[in-house]
Amino acid sequence: MHVSVSDENAEREPAAQQVSAFLERRREQIAQRWADASLFRTVFTVSRDEAVEAGRSVAAALAAVAATGRLDDIRDPGFAAVRDQLGRMAASRGRMGIGADGLADEVAALREPVTELLRAEFPDPYAPEAQECLLALTVLMGTLRLVVLETTVSAGEEVIARQREQLNEVATPVIKLWESTVAVPLIGTLDSARSQVVMESLLDAIVAERARFAILDITGVPTVDSLVAQHLMKTVAAARLMGAECIVSGIRPAIAQTIVHLGIDLGTVLTRSSLEDALAYALSRQGVEIAPVRAADAGAR
Amino acid sequence: MTGPSGNGPAGFGPPIAGPSGAGPMGGHGFTVPVLRLGDILLVTLQGELHDGMAEQLQQDITERIAHTRVTGVVIDISGVDIVDSFLGRVLAEIAAGAGLLAARTVLAGMRPAVAITLVELGLTLAGLRTALDVERAMEMLTAGEQDGGSP
Repeated sequence: MHVSVSDENAEREPAAQQVSAFLERRREQIAQRWADASLFRTVFTVSRDEAVEAGRSVAAALAAVAATGRLDDIRDPGFAAVRDQLGRMAASRGRMGIGADGLADEVAALREPVTELLRAEFPDPYAPEAQECLLALTVLMGTLRLVVLETTVSAGEEVIARQREQLNEVATPVIKLWESTVAVPLIGTLDSARSQVVMESLLDAIVAERARFAILDITGVPTVDSLVAQHLMKTVAAARLMGAECIVSGIRPAIAQTIVHLGIDLGTVLTRSSLEDALAYALSRQGVEIAPVRAADAGAR
Repeated sequence: MTGPSGNGPAGFGPPIAGPSGAGPMGGHGFTVPVLRLGDILLVTLQGELHDGMAEQLQQDITERIAHTRVTGVVIDISGVDIVDSFLGRVLAEIAAGAGLLAARTVLAGMRPAVAITLVELGLTLAGLRTALDVERAMEMLTAGEQDGGSP
C-alpha cells in the first residue's frame, strides 16, 4: 500500500513541485488577496498589514508542504509552523460565534483566489499540465482546511479536559464548621470519579482537623439513585473507619420519598434533614450548647 | 506515648509478663508488642502480619485480658500500609474475643488510603469501634460506654 502511494506521488511530484514554486513566487500576491478574504479580514481587524503577514506565513507553510510532495498529509511538519497561528485564528472566530461549519466555509473560500492566480500562470488553462497543477493545489487547500478543523477540535478537547479537572477541584471543598466537625457540601451529580475525590479530600480533612464528626450535605445533589446512595454509604463507611461519625444532611422530602420507593436501605447511615440539624447533633454529642447571650451580658460588652 | 516509666516492667510482651506464664515466642522469632497502660492494653501493629504472628497475638491478648483486669484494648494500625481481608478477620476476631472477656476494643489510626481500600473491598469492619488515633481511642475507653462507635 505504501508503495502504491509513493508511485502516485512520483507521478504527481512535478505538479506538486510546480505548485510549491508557484506558492513561493506569488506569495506576496496571494497574501494580499487572502487579506481581503473574510477569515483574515475578521480576525485581524486592527491592521491590514497583520493580515497580509499572516497570509504570507500560511502560504510559505503550504509551499513547504507541497515541496515534500505529501499534499494530503495533515501531520506534515510543514504545517507545524502555522498550526499555532491557525489555532489562534480559529479560536478568535469561535469567540465571534462562528462554528466549525462556518470556519470550514471560510477556509474553503481561500482556495478561489489562489487557483485563479495559478490558472493565470498557464497560457492554456485546459492543458493537462495546468489541470494537474490545479488538482494538486486543490488537494493542498483541502488539507489546509482539515488542519484548521483538527486544530480547533483538539483545542476544544483541551478546554474540556481542563474544565473537568477544575470542576472536580472546585466542587468538593471541605469546610471546618466547628472544632472537630467538618462538612462537605456536595453540589451536582455524584458519579464514581467525583465521589472518589470527595472521599479522599474528606478523609484527609478528618486527619488534618482531627475531626470527630463529618457532615455530608446533599442539598445540591439533584437526584439520589441507588448508585449515588452506594457512593454515600461508602464514604460514610470510610469516615467511620477513620474514627469519625458521619452524618448525611440536606435530604429533601422528594429525595426521601425516592429513596424509600427505590427500597434503598440507609439504615446504617445517620441522616438529618438540614445542615443545621446535623450541626446541632454534632454539637450536642460533643456536649456543646449554644444559648442566646443574656441581656445583661450583652450590655456589658 | 507515656513512656516506659509509667508502664512498669510488666508492661512488655508475654516473655516477661508474670501472670500469663512463659508465653511461647511463636515460630517467627518475634511477636507483636502488647503494652499495658493502666486498664488498657495497647497493641501496635506494624508492617505485615503473618498467620503465625496473628494467631500468637490473638492468644496473647485474650490471656492478658483474662489475667490482668483490663477493660479496653487499643489496636494501633497507623503503621500498617495494607489491610486485607485476612487482617480484617483477625481484627474482628480479636474484638469478639475481647468482648467475651468484657473488654472493649478500639481500632485506632487507620490511614485514609487504607480506609478507602477497605471500603472498596466491601470490608467495613462493622463490629469494630474506631478512633482517629491512640489518644482519641484512650479517651473513648476511659470516658465509658457513651460513645457507641457504630450507629
